[in-house]
Amino acid sequence: MCLAIPGKIVELFPGVPHLASVEVAGVRRKVDLGLLQDDPPTSGDWVLIHVGFAMSKISEQDALEQMQTLMILGENEQAMQEVRGYGLDDADDHNVS
Amino acid sequence: MRFVDEFRDPGVITRTADEIRRLVDPNRHYRLMEVCGGHTHAIYRFGLKDILPPNIELIHGPGCPVCVLPMGRIDDGLSLAHHPDVIFTAFGDMMRVPGTQGSPLEHKARGMDVRIVYSPSDALKLAKTNPDKHVMFFAIGFETTAPSSALTLMRAKAEGIRNFSLFCNHVTIIPAIRAILDSPDMRLDAFIGPGHVSTVIGCRPYEWIVKDERKPIVISGFEPLDMLQSIVMLLRQLKSGKAKVENQYRRVVPWEGNRAALRAMAEVFQLRPYFEWRGLGFISQSALRIRDTYAEWDSEQRFNVPGVRVTDPKAAQCGEVLKGVLKPAQCKLFGRECIPEHPVGALMVSSEGSCAAYYNYEHRKAITTSLAWPA
Repeated sequence: MCLAIPGKIVELFPGVPHLASVEVAGVRRKVDLGLLQDDPPTSGDWVLIHVGFAMSKISEQDALEQMQTLMILGENEQAMQEVRGYGLDDADDHNVS
Repeated sequence: MRFVDEFRDPGVITRTADEIRRLVDPNRHYRLMEVCGGHTHAIYRFGLKDILPPNIELIHGPGCPVCVLPMGRIDDGLSLAHHPDVIFTAFGDMMRVPGTQGSPLEHKARGMDVRIVYSPSDALKLAKTNPDKHVMFFAIGFETTAPSSALTLMRAKAEGIRNFSLFCNHVTIIPAIRAILDSPDMRLDAFIGPGHVSTVIGCRPYEWIVKDERKPIVISGFEPLDMLQSIVMLLRQLKSGKAKVENQYRRVVPWEGNRAALRAMAEVFQLRPYFEWRGLGFISQSALRIRDTYAEWDSEQRFNVPGVRVTDPKAAQCGEVLKGVLKPAQCKLFGRECIPEHPVGALMVSSEGSCAAYYNYEHRKAITTSLAWPA
């Protein structure tokens, strides 16, 4: 819950402006962009994700370092489990159980 | 330097550690509190204590939301799970936390519909796909997670999803710091401020700490170098006799915080008059409740919640550890009745609690060393 997970915005959805697809270490999931509405990210931007919501925009360098920090903290697996668990993608309903 | 050697630039870390040694007054004892549970976990994991001078003492603060949640709140939340039409959802961190009748996971084993979610929006989605059930999300966390809960309720209201509610246990960090500073047995010199909470609230809410209490605070990132740099910044302030709010984590924390997140919180939540914290007791205006305009999505307003109160076991000295009066191992229960597998006190409950972190990294290491066959 307290993990801050770095992800890259890879797809935006014009019809649903508060959602975006992000990629975290090769895993793609939808996250909510509602908390960045004052400064919306665009495709290619990096964000820090908390519990399925993008909370802040960061640089690519900071994103890579954040991933490394999670690794050293021994929390990278937990972070990936969290990301894989995000269930906003229709195909991933089973992940919510 | 257990894990620091693996880090990206050991040279910079060594130079920063040298700077710390240069700045400390050998005749003074420094007591610095890291407020955030994430920092506590990182300090033990990185072995930062091993590279700090012995007269710098790190006190582990109240910033682990799982740890400070009273057991009665878990009982209250789980009381709703007994209803056959209710799906109880919570983050994975909550699943093994004991209530008086067992943890959420144990309730699941007894046949109740208890599920892990990784985001409050997943709980809302579960409500959409299970229209004949009521989905309750057991929400915990400081200002880092509260905006996500708020936005989820705003979406539920906008989309008219009525089979969803939130059991709100969100707490706010500033009143907890105030409670610790108001305590008569408190002896702290400065604060390492929380990184991700400050992403939301910014740096201004800490200004009273420097104005009224004359204690320096530096908002810090979570890498070893971040925390060492923050300690350098605190030592410089202490040396100069000044106290100000500084932001070491500028790459993530804007001075004004995240306004969109603060707006969402203000739309959905209001302060409770008081709330109980494990280890610290009742603290006024320290937690959030759901506004009446969102009553339909508030588990507490919508259902009959028993309002269970479970007092902390008297023998557990969590409050003294939180205030830095005792070290984890100085508590009478530590490592005996109270261990991570069977937590008695609040700080042993989550891996980010100071007792659990100390137990996992220091106590186990000491046991392993003492049991090792002599070479």
